[in-house]
Amino acid sequence: MKKLMSGNAALGEAAVLSGCTCYFGYPITPQNELTEYMAKRMGELGRVFIQSESEIAAINMVLGASVAGARAMTSSSSPGMSLKQEGISYLAADELPAVVVDMVRGGPGMGNISPAQSDYLQATRGGGHGDYKTIVLVPGSVQELTEVVPLAFDLADQYRNPVIVLGDGMLGQMMEPVSFENIKPPKEYPKDYILTGAKGRPARMVRSLLFDTKEEEEHNWKLVRKYQRMEQNEVRYETFMADDAEMIVIAYGIGARIVKGAIKRLRQENMKVGMLRPITAWPFPAAPLQELAKTVRDFFVFEMSAGQMIEDVKLALSGKGRIHFYGRPGGIIPTPIELYRIIGRHYYMAARRKQQ
Amino acid sequence: MKKVYTRPKTLKEAHFHYCPGCGHGIINRLLMEVVDEMDLREKAICVAPAGCGMLLYNYFDIDTLESAHGRGAAVATGIKRVRPDNLVFSYQGDGDLAAIGTAEGFHAANRGEPISVIFVNNGVYGMTGGQMAPTTLTDQVTTTTPLGRDPILAGHPVRICEVFAMLDGTVYLERVTVNNPAAVIKAKKAIKKAFQCQLDGKGFSLVEVLSPCPTNWKMGPVEACRWIDEVMTKQFPLGVVKEVS
Repeated sequence: MKKLMSGNAALGEAAVLSGCTCYFGYPITPQNELTEYMAKRMGELGRVFIQSESEIAAINMVLGASVAGARAMTSSSSPGMSLKQEGISYLAADELPAVVVDMVRGGPGMGNISPAQSDYLQATRGGGHGDYKTIVLVPGSVQELTEVVPLAFDLADQYRNPVIVLGDGMLGQMMEPVSFENIKPPKEYPKDYILTGAKGRPARMVRSLLFDTKEEEEHNWKLVRKYQRMEQNEVRYETFMADDAEMIVIAYGIGARIVKGAIKRLRQENMKVGMLRPITAWPFPAAPLQELAKTVRDFFVFEMSAGQMIEDVKLALSGKGRIHFYGRPGGIIPTPIELYRIIGRHYYMAARRKQQ
Repeated sequence: MKKVYTRPKTLKEAHFHYCPGCGHGIINRLLMEVVDEMDLREKAICVAPAGCGMLLYNYFDIDTLESAHGRGAAVATGIKRVRPDNLVFSYQGDGDLAAIGTAEGFHAANRGEPISVIFVNNGVYGMTGGQMAPTTLTDQVTTTTPLGRDPILAGHPVRICEVFAMLDGTVYLERVTVNNPAAVIKAKKAIKKAFQCQLDGKGFSLVEVLSPCPTNWKMGPVEACRWIDEVMTKQFPLGVVKEVS
């Protein structure tokens, strides 16, 4: 049965059903409904909920809960995410699982509380200090949150690495019918690294300090090999009307949702536009994009930012094809009609260029 | 011949990296003596700090996590909430707890988290080379207060026990030192009491240990121990600051 829920609340319920036993959060708009939902639900279930004194405290509580063996989550929005980066770096260094949600808002600085996609680079480039990566999932609908959230917990446990769920204020706050029937009971992962008190076994230590530079370098390469496995195995994306497309739009999250509306209109006018929608922003679906570049010349990047994912598109295409860009930073949500006009104009110009 | 002293079982046979005359080695040993005597080896989880205490896991034969600078109380909170039956304690210096991690320590204390904090106060940032700490005394010379700490420019030494005493979540706060044998025995008793408070589920406990740092104080070990009595305890009086029965 479907329920009408906000993305934030649905995300909370999906986490609960995925076996999240600890949630720590600090209020920030536009993700407060998630913290509030967890306050109520975790209380009902006798699980751990703490409204922390800061985002820094929240991410470190997550680290503590994770090292104690629990599935733990925290959530925030852009300015709060900046504060969490310290802890995310430690989680990555300590190889501890955790799920961190960012419902992105306009920035930099205080910015505003409107939906934006301007944390893409922060999320996909590690975000904090040091050589590390996090898997970044970018769901595009409330229903898709019920797929992405259990996946985030599983990937975190499987790779022992923090996983970011990167949404935006619109995904968090819009209400859609949602069903949780697809969420299976949480899997058990062997956890031979957690701290439980050294009962009948040698004491364990979890640390990221490696004074010996050789040891730190080895640790870095070990992490790199793990990230390479992620790149090989965890790329997720969706294509939309891409088979006969002469122009491919690359967009993610809510941005992709708006693009879909625009493409439907463009198709009505026989403009052969399709879309590639990353579901993992890192690892980025570079190979499928390269595959498309064998037949398609024009690629159109749309982002609700001044242009961040475009860097990954450029890297993936490595000079192949022509890249068009349209960005709306600052918390602006363009309408499908606006995108239909812009993409249509670029499509028309590309067709003209081909004729000449 | 009678054996009067032996290494605690949970203290590994490793050489301390601490400077001669440093208090950390004594505090480390006391902690593991208490862990042995209270039979806590299989229950204890230690949260190590950044700073001179960061290599605790080389010495402690108990489960240990190394926390980011200042975040010990938040990390310990996360562990304790998941494992309420374990003994969870953090080991934090003055820069760690009284500067960068004040918020985490203060709010863990205010929530009454049943964790124990071992707060080592030596009045300087030791590992980074002797810069001013929040607990540096007025007029004390450090590498970042070359003319002595001027309260007008650099503030006043922070009394953590007294600040935390005002929070309803704290149940046991005591300031001790380790500069003479009698003081060491008292310090050990305080640690025991703090752990017992936690095991009894009473709430937040903290033991502040005034600890000599001859290297950064530019003193000999004996002089450093004397300085604690003659100068440091004037700002940081020893004794139980709060005890809720």
